[in-house]
Amino acid sequence: MRLVIGHLYADLMSVYGDRGNVIALAQRCAWRGIAAEVRPIGIGEAVDLRAFDVLVFGGGQDQDQLTVCDDLQAVKGAALRDAVADGLVMLAVCGGYQLLGYYFRLGSGEVLPGLGIIDAYTVAGRRRLIGNAVVRCPWAGSPAPTLVGFENHSGQTFLHSARPLGAVVLGSGNNGRDGGEGAVQLNVFGTYLHGPLLPKNPWFADHLLTLALRRRYGADAALPPLDDALEQRAHEAVRRRALRLGRQLTGVR
Amino acid sequence: MLAGRATARLVRRLRLGGGTSLPGLVAQRLDAQSARKLAAALPQGVVLATGTNGKTTATRLLSGIARQAGWRTVHNRAGANLVGGVAAALVEAAGVDGHLSGDLGIFEVDEAVYPHVQDLVQPRVVAFTNLFRDQLDRYGEVDIVRSIWRDAVSRLDPATTLVLNADDPLVASLAQARAAGPVLFYGLDAGEAVATAAPQTSDARRCPLCGDPLQHERVHYGHVGHYRCTSCAFARPAPDVRATALWPRYDGGQVMRLETPAGTADVAVPLPGMYNAYNALAAAAAALALRIGLAEVRAGLAAGAQVFGRGERVAIAGRELLLALIKNPVGCTEVLRTLTQDGGQHVVLVIINDRLADGTDVSWLWDAEFELLAERVTCTLVAGTRAEDMAVRLKYAGVPVERIVCEPQLDRALATALGAARPGQCVRVLPTYTALLEFRELLARAGALHHFWED
Repeated sequence: MRLVIGHLYADLMSVYGDRGNVIALAQRCAWRGIAAEVRPIGIGEAVDLRAFDVLVFGGGQDQDQLTVCDDLQAVKGAALRDAVADGLVMLAVCGGYQLLGYYFRLGSGEVLPGLGIIDAYTVAGRRRLIGNAVVRCPWAGSPAPTLVGFENHSGQTFLHSARPLGAVVLGSGNNGRDGGEGAVQLNVFGTYLHGPLLPKNPWFADHLLTLALRRRYGADAALPPLDDALEQRAHEAVRRRALRLGRQLTGVR
Repeated sequence: MLAGRATARLVRRLRLGGGTSLPGLVAQRLDAQSARKLAAALPQGVVLATGTNGKTTATRLLSGIARQAGWRTVHNRAGANLVGGVAAALVEAAGVDGHLSGDLGIFEVDEAVYPHVQDLVQPRVVAFTNLFRDQLDRYGEVDIVRSIWRDAVSRLDPATTLVLNADDPLVASLAQARAAGPVLFYGLDAGEAVATAAPQTSDARRCPLCGDPLQHERVHYGHVGHYRCTSCAFARPAPDVRATALWPRYDGGQVMRLETPAGTADVAVPLPGMYNAYNALAAAAAALALRIGLAEVRAGLAAGAQVFGRGERVAIAGRELLLALIKNPVGCTEVLRTLTQDGGQHVVLVIINDRLADGTDVSWLWDAEFELLAERVTCTLVAGTRAEDMAVRLKYAGVPVERIVCEPQLDRALATALGAARPGQCVRVLPTYTALLEFRELLARAGALHHFWED
């Protein structure tokens, strides 16, 4: 079996170690004997998305985000919408997540258009939401598995019909108000969690890979289990440390 | 003043740490003008150095050069680089009568507080080393730090000499913000380029002046190298102080051919790696800006004392420890590259903390090239408050799981690392900032080291 992982704007949109998500997906394939190919997709490239199984879309600096926003509108938007409707698996973190909603209204009042792939919108908040975060995901099983990560965003995202990726246990989540974190729409997952997300939440990495395998190879496709002792230990350690320290708001306001 | 000095002694007696920032804060409260007055009283003035990486090493090297020139230096040498740390160094250097026993102030300054210190001390020379992503939870984006610097540079007194790294586009472009006054560029025209394009994690893909793509002809590390804008006239400035050849030395140090307006000299630098060649160039350029002679520059660099935790060697239990601070992706990758250069197999101890001074966000570990260690370790110990995160990073970097030992407790991690090393073998220790302080405390308690404020 073989999977192609696309890293959207790998050069511009990977400021918080988000490339760790790509490393995690590729390694977890390789350890199972699944050939994983990672392809960066840059500004101006109109690629055939039918060749891809998973897309990873990270966060960037404000200036880079403007460049990416233009490219999404002019070059990639229509193809991305079609691919997502066809079940393409996608993980979008922070800036990438924001650009998949309808729009991002900046502090200046300027409105950045999004793709409308996720039924949500984002407005600039007055302070940055920074710190460790823990999220429960009841949709993924019982007892509900958790996600751990680090959030750092000033945009506040509000969902319409998209359901949240999880319920905030610690942190601010989408907007610091409604207790939701991230969004799920079809096979697209948006989140504010850096860390990076997938290495310390291996169940979620495997959830994405399973969706991608089934889409490509049929409903029977399954992932052989891996020894995740180190990953589980890291997940637990981060969760315990985060909950013990509580919320540390630091950094630029 | 007296109260400030007494506080330093009290803090030390109570073993609360080095006591390197508290006296300054006390003195500042007593007299908001004290630091300003003391700085103005230094006959040779004040040098400030800031940047993401290299400021501690560059200021230490400059201090060695100034001593060769016969100057007594006032130096915030313990890495206490916020406003309080600078004030503390000045108060410490002042006698009970407030009279300074120093000729030249040399201060490394935190990137974000740099403008405040610049306004406080009215520097004679300021040096900017480089700008990379670092502790995004604390400083915000690289763009934000650069705009803070640009505003500060635009306010500089025309008498101040601005020393800039020509090879870092984010630093070299600060020259454009200057209305009037001398600018001295330093850069590297030697050494092996690692690539001809900036890496995926580069913080300078676009021209800092016009925003169009930058093109690299040569990359030395990170986004540092030779570059030009693909559309406007911005390009790497011709450096005034430059290294035209670099030779590695048998003992891990290097020799560089230094070409300057004051002449040419071959200079020994007892520190490894291309990033330290840049640190030596920054120190040399700042010294020349102070009108110190090339002979003193040469002698000062050759004597270059070790900076604690930056390539520092410690003997313990029949083994040797080599300490190299890691704090952000680009600096960490250069440390890893230098560490693996000899092609041998190593015992490595990585200590990752997530306290405020380290940055509470450890995602940067995934932007550093730990893949360089994959085939190069017999045993990797991971310790610190984020030991488990680091263990996972190493696993995904391709280090065999059976060679990763997770031991959050520092003393036990050290014991295990020493046990895994052969007699005489060098154990490489890579700590974050607060981890370095804790680790040196541990070594001091074990009698292998004196406390850092005695440096």
